[in-house]
Amino acid sequence: MSAPSHNPSAAVPAQPVRGGFVTRTQLTLAGVALLALCWGWLPDFTVVMLCYIGLYAIVAAGLVMLTGVGGMTSFGQAAFVGIGAYATAWACTAPASVQALGGLVGMAGLPWAGLALGLVLTFAVAWGLGAVTLKLSGHYLPLCTIAWGLSLYYLFGNMQFLGGQTGITGVPPLMLGEVSLASPRAIGVLIWVVLLAALWLLHNLLDSREGRAIRALKGGRVMAESMGVDTAHYRIKLFVLAALLAALSGWLYAHLQRFVSPTPFNLNIGIEYLFMAVVGGAGHLWGAVLGAALITLLKEKLQDILPSLLGSSGNFEIIVFGLLMVLVLQRFADGLWPTLQRLGERWLRRDAPRAVREAAPLAQRTLPAPGTVLLQAQGVTKRFGGLVANNNVSMDVKAGEVHALIGPNGAGKSTFFNMISGVDDATEGEVRLMDQPMLRRPSRAFARLGLARTFQHVRLLGQRSVVENVALGAHQRARRGWIASMLRLDRAEEAALLAEARRQIERCGLGAFADMPAASLALGQQRIVEIARALAGQPALLLLDEPAAGLRHLEKKALADLLRQLRAEGLGILVVEHDMEFVMNLADRITVLEFGCVISRGTPQQVQRDQRVLDAYLGGGDDLPGAEAAP
Amino acid sequence: MDLQIALLLGQDGIVNGAIYGLMALALVLVFSVTRVIFIPQGEFVAFGALTMAMMQAGRVPTTLWLLLALAAVVLVVEAVRYQSGSPVNWPATLVWCVGLPLLACALALGLRPTSLALQALTALVLITPLGPLLYRLAFRPLADASVLMLLIVSVALHGVLVGLGLLFFGAEGSRTPPFSDARFDLGGIPVSGQSLVVLGTTLALVVLLFLFFGRSMVGKALRATAINRVGARLMGIPTELSGDVSFALAALIGAVSGLLIAPLTTVYYDTGFLIGLKGFVAAIVGGLASYPLALAGALLVGQLEAFASFWASAYKEVLVFTLIVPVLWWRSLNSRHVEEDE
Repeated sequence: MSAPSHNPSAAVPAQPVRGGFVTRTQLTLAGVALLALCWGWLPDFTVVMLCYIGLYAIVAAGLVMLTGVGGMTSFGQAAFVGIGAYATAWACTAPASVQALGGLVGMAGLPWAGLALGLVLTFAVAWGLGAVTLKLSGHYLPLCTIAWGLSLYYLFGNMQFLGGQTGITGVPPLMLGEVSLASPRAIGVLIWVVLLAALWLLHNLLDSREGRAIRALKGGRVMAESMGVDTAHYRIKLFVLAALLAALSGWLYAHLQRFVSPTPFNLNIGIEYLFMAVVGGAGHLWGAVLGAALITLLKEKLQDILPSLLGSSGNFEIIVFGLLMVLVLQRFADGLWPTLQRLGERWLRRDAPRAVREAAPLAQRTLPAPGTVLLQAQGVTKRFGGLVANNNVSMDVKAGEVHALIGPNGAGKSTFFNMISGVDDATEGEVRLMDQPMLRRPSRAFARLGLARTFQHVRLLGQRSVVENVALGAHQRARRGWIASMLRLDRAEEAALLAEARRQIERCGLGAFADMPAASLALGQQRIVEIARALAGQPALLLLDEPAAGLRHLEKKALADLLRQLRAEGLGILVVEHDMEFVMNLADRITVLEFGCVISRGTPQQVQRDQRVLDAYLGGGDDLPGAEAAP
Repeated sequence: MDLQIALLLGQDGIVNGAIYGLMALALVLVFSVTRVIFIPQGEFVAFGALTMAMMQAGRVPTTLWLLLALAAVVLVVEAVRYQSGSPVNWPATLVWCVGLPLLACALALGLRPTSLALQALTALVLITPLGPLLYRLAFRPLADASVLMLLIVSVALHGVLVGLGLLFFGAEGSRTPPFSDARFDLGGIPVSGQSLVVLGTTLALVVLLFLFFGRSMVGKALRATAINRVGARLMGIPTELSGDVSFALAALIGAVSGLLIAPLTTVYYDTGFLIGLKGFVAAIVGGLASYPLALAGALLVGQLEAFASFWASAYKEVLVFTLIVPVLWWRSLNSRHVEEDE
């Protein structure tokens, strides 16, 4: 039933590979059709197992998004399943609710009122927990979910109106019009429809502008912020999405079981959901289905075998699951799905690229007139404890010029770079961008005003293609949100984004590499990808941190030509660079830093003649101010 | 509630807070040195307490078989690593895999101690090597993984250990006799000798840890590793050593806590988890980095729990665990810029 499907990474297919019989899409559709055809003839026990696998897979799919894609995790998903289940059980059976809602929506409508209640409650709780924890480092969320998972379990068990430890019985079956979904065979259809729909929506979401931002949450947050993505907000939304899927599963569970009690929503079960996602393959949506199937079947078997083997009864399958989990993480960190996928690769054809529709126009920025001051730093000082990394540094960058910032290693260039791009705050002094004060503003605010940057230590999503990396740079030029992406209403805009990304890649001379994983390029080329990504945002001001490092002679010449052309178009460019020939031939103005202080500024000719600069680079000057500076 | 009850509850809170404080110290130590968020810390408490209880019942503690099995597996793993050319620290390996397990065998099987003090020593010798052995099997192969991966492994290990705890000790709880039967009267408030033992031991452990980190070479090496892992390795401090020592300390602290708490409350195979988690709530007050703040957090958790058990005993756990939400909110107020997760 878990037929291989779209590999999310195949969003932008490379050259179609010949050979193979069917595409992933065809195979998936065939698998679904087969399941649908068999459904009526499957034995009852198999149907019940499939129902549970479907229910668990819905939760695990949310965890795949959270853990494998977004780099967060939660051990408390079972608690959200519990909210979904208890909400509908209460709404359908409590006298108060039946009296109040029954008249409004009718008895058959009560489960739907319960669904709405569960989703609203889950949304509120998840948003609250997320808002509190997701601004902090990634491990606070999972710790918080452990505490929260335990708390909710105790709450369910202690609240008399929820039946205490005995729970709520007599939950009515779902009714679709006149059809009753009382039997597992009937509600199982609904469960699998919901699961497949959820997978389709999540797949679409990942294959979009928003999906690229979501993927950047794992290990690329600083970079994504510099592209204008509010990563804390995205993290909260992703956590809420996973929680809502869990609540949906809980709603279906309550109407399948027709009875709820606290036990299935305990922390242990929350941990089992995570096992499913990780064992199946936390980076792959179908890994959730694989993991749910494996763990459910294994649990069934273990509960038969273990008690007789160990001579006593108890929750012993956790020993096997735990060992399995440690082993999987040590040996197959990506889970089992990628292994299956590699096997399948031989037999599958890649999906044909979709026909690109009319591209929607992207937001355009009007560049300021040449000579306008874009960025102004005034008396910027940065201290790390007693260490002064930047001391009273002032400089500006104008539209239509290349301004170079040079200095020996440890002069404080990178620290200064971080402060004028919003990655860090100055201890004293002022940074103004487009004549706005930027103190204590996040780097995405800098991006919004038209600043784009590259990083000294390349920050690309190595597994994603070059074109996807570059398209992330254009993130803030498009508007379509999560729901539009899920429903594929974003295709025109998406086509425009990808076209813009390809245009910038061509312009930077990397057209041949557009569809390769970014990590497969040489380091120098990766730096150029970063420049293309910065340009995709259509910036007014470009900050380049050692762009020429690792480039060969001809590549450097091409880069210099590109920068000259950009300058002619009216961009302001600030370059930090060690290659003096490159800098002297290109820059209009140069500022020299040493030990955190500006020791010289002027045209290349002026700076080259400055005795203090000669001393700094060639040695000899002992009378220089300032303390030891940070690298 | 009158003053009398308030003082009694406060005393309860201080004693519980001391135990949570020990948990929090161990958690901060392990996290800052190895980046492992060590969820199974509480299992050492339960294992320590129940090992002691089994010896008092005149039985051979089943944890001994776990220790011997783990030691054997680690020896095999190290031999395989040695064969494949990885550097193996044999002296340390022999201490954890042969020396201490043999000593534990001699004590538990040979001597079969009857005095409280010797039984306690046996329990400590039995539990302490479990720390480094588990570290080597579960976490060392993933030393370069993200904090998140290590956390997931940690939770998986917790599951394994709780399952084993049920297998070893059964579902019934145990209580051990107190180390001191003395009773004092402080201005009308009865104070049990055992509470004073708990406080005294906790203080002694805190002072010892302080001296260990401040004075000893190994302690300083651990601190250096906590501040900068790569830098410490470049200075010749082996990752392996810091892992071994911090996990051994964590296991030792856990076992001591178990011995301290077993006379005060009935310990079940899964009691340790909740105790460990309350230690986490305390450690999070200190951002998983500050020892003094973690201790302060532990006292706060202890007091909250004691007073909650008076006013709303059914919701005691809920109140303690939801404390984490305002604490995290308070911590998030100070974070403005995005940082990459390790």
